[in-house]
Amino acid sequence: MRYSGFRVIKEALTGHRGWGPAWRDPDPQPAYDYVVIGGGGHGLATAYYLAKEFKQSRIAVLEKGWIGGGNVGRNTTIVRSNYLLDGNEPFYEFSLKLWEGLEQDLNYNAMMSQRGIINLMHSDAQRDAYIRRGNAMILNGADAQLLDQKQVLEKYPFLNVKNARFPVMGGLLQARAGTARHDAVAWGYARAADQRGVDIIQNCEVTGFRIEGGRVQGVETTRGYIGAEKVGVCVAGSSSRVMAYAGMRLPIESHVLQAFVSEGLKPVLPGVITFGAGHFYCSQSDKGGLVFGGNIDGYNSYASRGNLPMVEDVMEEAIAMFPMLGRARLLRSWGGIMDMSMDGTPIIDKTHIDGLYFNGGWCYGGFKATPASGFVYAHLLATDTPHDTATAFRLDRFHTGHMVDEKGVGNQPNLH
Amino acid sequence: MIINHPILGPRDSSEFVYLGDACLINRPDWQAEDALEQFIDYGHTRDNPAGLHRELWYHEQGDRSWLVVTRNTVTHEITQVELARDVARAEGRSK
Repeated sequence: MRYSGFRVIKEALTGHRGWGPAWRDPDPQPAYDYVVIGGGGHGLATAYYLAKEFKQSRIAVLEKGWIGGGNVGRNTTIVRSNYLLDGNEPFYEFSLKLWEGLEQDLNYNAMMSQRGIINLMHSDAQRDAYIRRGNAMILNGADAQLLDQKQVLEKYPFLNVKNARFPVMGGLLQARAGTARHDAVAWGYARAADQRGVDIIQNCEVTGFRIEGGRVQGVETTRGYIGAEKVGVCVAGSSSRVMAYAGMRLPIESHVLQAFVSEGLKPVLPGVITFGAGHFYCSQSDKGGLVFGGNIDGYNSYASRGNLPMVEDVMEEAIAMFPMLGRARLLRSWGGIMDMSMDGTPIIDKTHIDGLYFNGGWCYGGFKATPASGFVYAHLLATDTPHDTATAFRLDRFHTGHMVDEKGVGNQPNLH
Repeated sequence: MIINHPILGPRDSSEFVYLGDACLINRPDWQAEDALEQFIDYGHTRDNPAGLHRELWYHEQGDRSWLVVTRNTVTHEITQVELARDVARAEGRSK
């Protein structure tokens, strides 16, 4: 069933009796060509692009709980490609280009809104760094624009630009960046993948791999053994736990990141805005709530909740930036588990076990990467070669010294 | 989280800086045959368990001691706090 404006009108006139489930609920087959572990945004996108771009068949996505119930359902929905390093920027720009055509491609309203992101700058050194980053973005085919204080104030007249410690000198704008409805991304990919024959199997937790002679044969699950030619693990947040079934230790720590939403307010924030003197990012959802977040709590955690010191820190940053928010009430906060890699950059690579592939280490930047992550992972699974934009995301880069450390803080995961 | 410091008593975790897995106490022998592999592993690879985790915390806003804290990464419950010095010496380290 294709979704369209006519369809909405027709259903409205006939009592909405024609809508069916958006995807099937199949039982697992005994074997597949490709098994993707993890029914989040990345896993569903991988299955979709395997079926669509690489014309593969007999694909299954295995999900422990329900699809889209992990980090794709609990992020701050920001989509952007404002990276500096050559290993990153082409990949994220590829992702942003896929975002731009995503809704037409999937026939699903993902509420993609290119409302622009501004990274505020507060010092001369930061301006120099932003000029460098903006130039790197332009060289890689993205868009970037340096704004002075007056231009920033035109968009955000309420900003506290004369703050004695952190005056706002201007900002780096990426106008094509924006936000997307996070759940709809997972649902859109699920529906589109299902229409191309992908089996999405929920409530199916992987409990082990069957590996013989250095080659993966299939996966053990709570719904029985499932054979597979190739297995793609795509479970950021739980990567270490799942890969431990294959006897692997990863360059990853799991950390908790909190996010927050305020009560619904009238439109105040036209775009996404980030504080340059700390770590704070904020946008306004279509329902009116301000959606914002800051740093990870900073200690290993698998608990999907954080602690109060980071809540206080994020609120302080919010008030430093927007003093007017002092009277807004916080509605909800929640936490998600991040794969924090040792250099702050993801891993999309083969493993030493034939037929077993790994995608993870997304730190807290996985949502914006969803389309490209799925595309390049499907490319890797189907062709056994990395996609041109993802050659730097190797598992062995810590051995060869080719780390991609966007922030330049070294092998300390809680600082990325 | 409250960390029950062995010398100072219960202190808020925000006084501390977190480093990571307590395996970082055991720096590899640089003269070993496979020292390169050992150091790559030491610097980058982690068990990252869901459950009990022994980890290093530094009391930066206090007495600047290093602690080995045993904490459950699923519940955040802290079950044991030791001075890292004592842990290292018990494992045969001289300093």
